[in-house]
Amino acid sequence: MNCAEGIELVSILSKFAPLRQTYDSLRSVGQNPFEMVFEDMLSSTEGVYKGRKTILLGTNNYLGLTFDDACIEEAVTAVRAHGTGTTGSRIANGSYGTHRELEHSLARFFDRKHCMVFSTGYQANLGMLSTLAGKGDYLLLDTDSHASIYDGARLGHAEVVRFRHNDPDDLYKRLKRLSDLPGEKLVVVEGVYSMLGDTAPLREFADVKRQMGAWLMVDEAHSLGVLGANGRGLAEEAGVEADCDFVVGTFSKSLGSVGGFCVSNLDDFDVLRVACRPYMFTASLPPAIMASTIMALRRMQEEPQRRQQLHENAQRLYHGLRKLGFAVGPQCSPIVSVAVADAPLAVEFWNRLLEGGVYLNLALPPATPTPAPLLRSSVSAVHTAAQIDRAVQLFEAVGRQLGVLPPVVNQARKRQAAVAPIAGHAEVAMVASGGAR
Amino acid sequence: MTETSRDSQAEIIDGLRQLLKKQVPLDASTNIVRDLQLDSLAVMDFIMSLEDRFEIVIPLDRVAEVETLGELARVVDELRGRN
Repeated sequence: MNCAEGIELVSILSKFAPLRQTYDSLRSVGQNPFEMVFEDMLSSTEGVYKGRKTILLGTNNYLGLTFDDACIEEAVTAVRAHGTGTTGSRIANGSYGTHRELEHSLARFFDRKHCMVFSTGYQANLGMLSTLAGKGDYLLLDTDSHASIYDGARLGHAEVVRFRHNDPDDLYKRLKRLSDLPGEKLVVVEGVYSMLGDTAPLREFADVKRQMGAWLMVDEAHSLGVLGANGRGLAEEAGVEADCDFVVGTFSKSLGSVGGFCVSNLDDFDVLRVACRPYMFTASLPPAIMASTIMALRRMQEEPQRRQQLHENAQRLYHGLRKLGFAVGPQCSPIVSVAVADAPLAVEFWNRLLEGGVYLNLALPPATPTPAPLLRSSVSAVHTAAQIDRAVQLFEAVGRQLGVLPPVVNQARKRQAAVAPIAGHAEVAMVASGGAR
Repeated sequence: MTETSRDSQAEIIDGLRQLLKKQVPLDASTNIVRDLQLDSLAVMDFIMSLEDRFEIVIPLDRVAEVETLGELARVVDELRGRN
């Protein structure tokens, strides 16, 4: 019996053999980056790993609200008052007053007529993309789109077309080719791209959208609470909120909980509640989560200084690493990624950072925009300067041990001039690490 | 095989020759992923370059059904005919 089950299991999973091999080889270097377990969480910026305090520099906890006293109190009160879970979907079990309150809070914050909340940010994209664009319609996706956007496109029946990353001219070209074909065209971009932290040229995208009569959706997952005078994201910062027909986002980053949403001014938006399968056929958000999220949204508005501090912290890390010669992303944002030459080097680097007491994310292709693996950090408003400085020092030490940085700073400067006078830091660091291996 | 199909195929092969650093025999039966050892990012970039070369749009689901250069040429042909 056992044996037969064993054979069955092997055959249906045998297609994953190459993945298994990759996964196991990661483990052989030290800690597998994709199976981290923290024994304890001490704060928004510190966890305990193997009995040791570890700086959390890769948790998208931009405003540091996960341990906010008011948010915790609201969650505790809600769980006592309304129980631990809703045990079903809003269509079947009905909504709680809190679902409506959460939606009203978000609609008010974004100054939009309508809001729908989802159980995760992933589901918000899955739901909106698959439902808004139907058979005969077109979805135009940036090549660097998050997996949830690609998966939403796959779930639906629209034709899916990609345009080059952050390239409004390329989008224009593709919309032009589609202009004689019937069907709605929905363009999807992200406020801040999660791998390199670069922002979309949203003004230009909005121009193209208007000119070509397309619809525009912006995913503000990494920009809510981060960009804009009021923290409404890139659309607010770029001054094109009126052109963004749909804004989606998540509660699991700046708002410190879990869940997703979409806001819109479109009349009849609410019909989606009975058309959108990832909204209809899953359990709705539990009371404690909604309560802490409503409070986090309030805290975010009451304390704009968190956003200010976040950007100061981002500058500190980004410029600290850049000055050392690391291949950081094209612009400073709370997501600070360092590209390294290849996967074995990246895994080794990542492990040494962890051993030194700093945890961040390891991103391997094809999850990365280019074939270069990334050591991806995300900064929080509540990181101390000392924590960030510690991370930069550790990056430098490991970078020199592994030959990603040249051994002495003075030589690095000379080498930069000699090897590639016009190259940016990215190329220099790639050359340095490639040369050492 | 129609005239445009041969043209499309010749242009696809021409594009691939520019992309691949090494000399590889390329014909209608060449498997794009297996024989050319291109990663998924490179394949998608190549598809986008074909879209520009032929002034067409190749939806993702059409890419998913393609394995060989010949199949790719047929999809390109069909889409060229549509525009």
